[in-house]
Amino acid sequence: MKHFTFAFVLFMLGVSILGCAAPVSQPTAAPSVCTLRLATTTSTYDSGLLDAILPDFEKKFNCHVDVVAVGTGQALEIGSKGDADVVLVHARAGEDKFVKDGFAQERFDVMYNDFVLVGPKEDPAQVKRAQSAQQAFKLIADSGAPFASRGDKSGTNSKELSIWASAGITPTKGMKWYNALGQGMGETLLASNEGKFYALTDRGTWLSMTAKLPNLEIVFGGNTIDENPDKHLHNPYGVMAVNPDKFSGINAAMAKNFVQWILSPATQERIGAYGKDKFGQALFYANAAK
Amino acid sequence: MGESIFQLRAIVKQYDARTVLHLDALDILQGEILALVGPSGAGKSTLLRLLNFLEAPTSGQLVYRGVNTARENIPLALRREITTVFQRPVLLNANVRANVAFGLQLRGASANGVVGKLLTRVGLQNFAHASARKLSGGEMQRVALARALAIEPRVLLLDEPTANLDPYNISLIEEIVRAQNRERATTVVLVTHNIFQAKRLAHRVGLLLNGQLVELRDTAQFFQSPQDPRTAAFVRGEMVY
Amino acid sequence: MDDITRGLAQALELILSGDAALFEIVLLSLQVTGAALALAMLAGIPLGAALGLGRMRAQGLVTIFLYTGMGLPPVVVGLFVYLMLSRSGPFGSLAWLFTPSAMIVAQVIIAFPVVAGLTMTAVQAVDPQLRLQARALGATRIQEMWTVLQEARIGVVAATVAAFGAIISEVGAVMLVGGNIEGKTRVLTTAIVLNTRTGDFALALALGMILLTLTFLINGAMLQLQRVRDG
Ligand SMILES: Nc1ncnc2c1ncn2[C@@H]1O[C@H](COP(=O)(O)OP(=O)(O)OP(=O)(O)O)[C@@H](O)[C@H]1O
Ligand SMILES: [Mg+2]
Repeated sequence: MKHFTFAFVLFMLGVSILGCAAPVSQPTAAPSVCTLRLATTTSTYDSGLLDAILPDFEKKFNCHVDVVAVGTGQALEIGSKGDADVVLVHARAGEDKFVKDGFAQERFDVMYNDFVLVGPKEDPAQVKRAQSAQQAFKLIADSGAPFASRGDKSGTNSKELSIWASAGITPTKGMKWYNALGQGMGETLLASNEGKFYALTDRGTWLSMTAKLPNLEIVFGGNTIDENPDKHLHNPYGVMAVNPDKFSGINAAMAKNFVQWILSPATQERIGAYGKDKFGQALFYANAAK
Repeated sequence: MGESIFQLRAIVKQYDARTVLHLDALDILQGEILALVGPSGAGKSTLLRLLNFLEAPTSGQLVYRGVNTARENIPLALRREITTVFQRPVLLNANVRANVAFGLQLRGASANGVVGKLLTRVGLQNFAHASARKLSGGEMQRVALARALAIEPRVLLLDEPTANLDPYNISLIEEIVRAQNRERATTVVLVTHNIFQAKRLAHRVGLLLNGQLVELRDTAQFFQSPQDPRTAAFVRGEMVY
Repeated sequence: MDDITRGLAQALELILSGDAALFEIVLLSLQVTGAALALAMLAGIPLGAALGLGRMRAQGLVTIFLYTGMGLPPVVVGLFVYLMLSRSGPFGSLAWLFTPSAMIVAQVIIAFPVVAGLTMTAVQAVDPQLRLQARALGATRIQEMWTVLQEARIGVVAATVAAFGAIISEVGAVMLVGGNIEGKTRVLTTAIVLNTRTGDFALALALGMILLTLTFLINGAMLQLQRVRDG
């Protein structure tokens, strides 16, 4: 009579014991128990950069790096709550505030990549003749050609808004041609491909997705970082070790090692080389101060 | 038949301030078959619920085997001496065998051998593995009776146990009840709308009307020389409402 | 269309090749969801039964809370759990954030109202006379509850299946509190999001199909258990 329920409860209990036991057993399976938690933006992780460079760190310091890849805003938030040991992001204003508020002692330049403006191959707004990003945006607004904004307060989104501001334009809901999607970069590019929108994107995402975006091409920003005519489109990444005085449990020593390591010439060289074999060009430009 | 097994004094049962049962005094004797008759809504089923301790009276004294249930909690062992076959039997969604074994299982007792014998007794020997939910009304009622007998109760409360049955099965059930009472001295309280059944089975018969006990006498006297005019009318089959 | 066929092919290929990373992700998905479901059942079934039997004081209020909980967006649950488990939150010292434990906590909160609410409904649907019948046959209060629960088992299994479906496919909360850390907190759903984000649609689809197959098999097993019992 009760066999069924009994068996069922037993089964679920068994699973739950497994579930609880597994996380405990995992650290013992790995050779080291040291972990460093890195909060970073999706671009560094999704581009494959971290997978390419982190094993060197893990081997050198015998310490596993847990990468939490989220939006820039969220990564800074995680850091400011003491839930990460190191933060690697691209949002200069946010980073400076992070340091000013005492969540980190110092911020270091690590590398930069750049943004490009993509749009329909026909280029209805004739953006290709623009000399600067500011001018390109003006041309789009004047022609009323549709533009897709991520609209998600990401680093890319805030960059886009700052360019609009420099062009003296404030995008509003009322503008028919302006579409704030509230989506990630990939989704925004896909939507732009379908709807023939202009959009601002980081070069890494663009390169990794071009095959899926047959209707789009780069209309401003050049084919490589070096060819980008507008330095304002550079997208600098900074690294910060979270201040251990603010929270307990921060792996401060290892965080310091990490900062030193990522700024070291050997790592910088690897960062600068990443992507050459896959995309034929580098995705990041290492620029740590010597 | 000897001393009383139940003593009810000034029992009142109310639902939302409506009195549905009001008994000044009722004694149920050890080893008797007591039939309760009366029109629909008279309070017969309510009385059985009180006797099985499924509900407590609103006021009054209900004594079972010396334990005053108004003052102290009835011990589980005493409570388990009593069981009811309800007017509308409810069976578990399981096979017939599991249903008959249910009471024993609650007591942690083995049902081996018992179930088969009981099923044969109620004429359902081929139904052990049938799903209880697919039985006919009469079959369900017989399973419910077998389930009650399985725990060998000291007191068996039957609420219209033959309401859904054909004449053959009625006499089968009546014979089982009679045998149970005779061989095991089981006290039986039988609620029935069938006055002939009361006549055939009961030692004593009581008439309940509007929650009150109008008359309670030996069966022969109840039918041949009723004291109360309402009993006389009821026995003659006339309206008494 | 191309992506769909490639996704199917890749799913088969991944499964057949016994990919270690995939196995790890699948195992963690099952462990986290299994543990969360077991805990939600442990707490939710008794509460649902008590509510269904009308044995609670603030019955109406609790019911409203449960029904509201069933409609709670998982991301909100995730955010709440995040703030609780953050080093600057009240339970920071547990160091559960970005571990499977945090994911289990979030999933328990999502699954619990589903289990409790649907169990309550199932128990309420059982013939109230059955309780009386069980008591008349000598059941104690606990046996009485157990009997009713047994009768409601089809509904209780349905509650479990619904809760399982809600959490195995859930992504917002586990992403937030687990962090989708490779080899540690990456489960099927967060891996799907990652691969969608990076444009690996075929792989994302392949993982989706594996998730679907897994859910199908487990639901099948749960229903089979129920059928075996019913004879
Ligand atoms: N739980 C309850 N709440 C409110 N009223 C009730 C309840 N149970 C019974 N009653 C009322 O008590 C009265 C007596 O009911 P009871 O079931 O005892 O009658 P009965 O003599 O068994 O009738 P029948 O021959 O139709 O079965 C009826 O008026 C019924 O409506
Ligand atoms: Mg009745």
